[in-house]
Amino acid sequence: MTGPASRLILSAAPRGDGAFTLDAGAWAALPAALRQEPELALMALWADGARVHAAFRSLAAPAPVIASCAVEGGRFAALSPARPGAAWFERAIADLWGWQAEGGSDARPWLDHGRWAMRAPLSPAPPPRIGEPPQPVFLPAEGEGVHQFPLGPVMGSLGEPAHHRFHVLGETIVRLEVLLGYTHKGLQGLWRGQPPLRAAPLVARISGDSTVAHSWAFAGAVERALGIEPPPRAIALRGVLAELERLTNHLRDIGALSGEAGFAWPQARLGALCEVLLRASEAAFGHRLLMDRIIPGGLAADIALDGREGLRAALRLVAAELPALRDVMEEHASLQDRLSGCGVLRPEWAALLGAGGIVGRAAGRDVDARRDLAYAPYDQHPPAVPRASASDVEARLALRLEEILAGIPLIEALLEALPPGEVSTPLPARAGEASFTVEGFRGDVFCWVALDEAGLLAGCFPRDPSWLLWPLLEASMENNILADLPLIARSFNASVSGVDL
Amino acid sequence: MLWPRLARSLLRRPLTDAPVPPLPETVAGLTERLQASARARLGRSLAIRAIDAGSCNGCELELAGLQGVVYDLERFGLRFVESPRHADVLLATGPAVRNMGEALLRAHACMPEPGWVVAVGDCALDGGLFRDSYAVAGGIGAVLPVDLVIPGCPPSPSLILEGLLALVEAES
Ligand code: SF4
Repeated sequence: MTGPASRLILSAAPRGDGAFTLDAGAWAALPAALRQEPELALMALWADGARVHAAFRSLAAPAPVIASCAVEGGRFAALSPARPGAAWFERAIADLWGWQAEGGSDARPWLDHGRWAMRAPLSPAPPPRIGEPPQPVFLPAEGEGVHQFPLGPVMGSLGEPAHHRFHVLGETIVRLEVLLGYTHKGLQGLWRGQPPLRAAPLVARISGDSTVAHSWAFAGAVERALGIEPPPRAIALRGVLAELERLTNHLRDIGALSGEAGFAWPQARLGALCEVLLRASEAAFGHRLLMDRIIPGGLAADIALDGREGLRAALRLVAAELPALRDVMEEHASLQDRLSGCGVLRPEWAALLGAGGIVGRAAGRDVDARRDLAYAPYDQHPPAVPRASASDVEARLALRLEEILAGIPLIEALLEALPPGEVSTPLPARAGEASFTVEGFRGDVFCWVALDEAGLLAGCFPRDPSWLLWPLLEASMENNILADLPLIARSFNASVSGVDL
Repeated sequence: MLWPRLARSLLRRPLTDAPVPPLPETVAGLTERLQASARARLGRSLAIRAIDAGSCNGCELELAGLQGVVYDLERFGLRFVESPRHADVLLATGPAVRNMGEALLRAHACMPEPGWVVAVGDCALDGGLFRDSYAVAGGIGAVLPVDLVIPGCPPSPSLILEGLLALVEAES
């Protein structure tokens, strides 16, 4: 944290918990300073009605640093010229708050498809919307023989709604652009002004497959803002919940990848193993997907009396079958043929967008919030962080397998050392502001909250890793063939709902 | 090696669960609807197209589970198809988000008669937790005529299966 951008932020007025208030001049100087400090990655950029906030981190200093600036006259200096990942955030701010990012690289609407009754729904006085919904505009691609291929928003199989606009030359993809927003539910408007416990069920449904990760990041941020600690038993069980979520999602992804590549047998076996884990999760915690288990202050309920035994038995089944499955998949030449060299993400891109999670680690980046931030219970149970360098679909699949194999002993250790006692503490009603980051199955889930004097949510921004995965997926599709889209998209597994909010 | 393992798994007990019979009341209700609307009967086989109308993707996870070996849909004559043009049933999840309204209507318009609509999940029932948002029209019923609701957040695969079997019963 010694570059010009870091110095600029750290010399501003501190608000505690790594947050700094910049004046308009300092904020306007940020883009130029960021260009001189490429290692400082943008995690998130969001608005809260009075200010814009940007969260940064670097490999050397993984704890997020937040720069904030009051917005006057609905305009702020854009960060997208220095950080391409900022463009999606700036477009979301323009659609929801009506604030323009000056000098931004992309001003097209994204979440607002012209279907709501108003514009800028989160602004204090949203103007009514009149007229027909506009047609979306896509970036052009020129050249002889290039044509467009539209796909979506209704996707095949069980894909989430998204519009994919391909420019193709024969079978080869010249450019992919994704238009999201089709599942925008207006979450930020729904939880504004709510007490944290009322907002928690909404947070748990930001992206159903990451319900534990988002609930944990939110609960962690609220607890930190209020200066309270959940009981040790709740912390250990949060680890169990998060690791279970990672395991089931990885099992699904590996199965789906092998199914997409035309190898159905592992998909069937992995699907059965996933079901075993889901049933054990329900028996232990009362919900198959573990929704609404983590709440601000601790947990909604303790683990069932015989829950531990059920989980252990389920984990033993997975552990017994997985090595054999891995061998089969590694030896199966036609599977390797499809996966290897497919959907390569260039490491420069991964670095430029600060990619974490499976996608980042498959591109050789040494990041994992559990180890880097060492939040409890991972301070006592540091996870192994496997990496790869091929940065293709095969590497992402192999890493998922490694993480499952590393996750099983981790859950067992957490269950073994489960401290006794309560699982929740009451929340005081007072003001505060904080952020919290946890490692979900896709990567780092970041959440920022601000509470007012009555302890109600004045602002909350959960940043799913998918915000960075979508632009990276677009970049990785270049020069691949159209038929490989399902495979490459699944190896990223970016969430639509998690970004649309 | 794959082959020895395949051979061994052929000899083992199947992973598939025993079926759950559908509730007689649900079947009776659906049969009534069918008669009242004078829709063509389809017999004991249904093609299903799932459509996400704005869900959190939790319901999709359970639908994906339903397609796995443990529930083995095809033994009941149920199968998922890729196009609404081939579907007898539109299985809609999530609240009816305004940004998906037109796509939802168009998908339904593509379907051949009778075009059953099944709303899966609490969101699909009435918009769930998101019902009061500017971005949400309500449940699936706000956009399409719904024939059957399978509540739950998300409903488990066995609950969804039970609902679909009730449809098969009513149809036959
Ligand atoms: S019913 Fe629950 S799981 Fe299904 S889409 Fe709604 S919030 Fe998600």
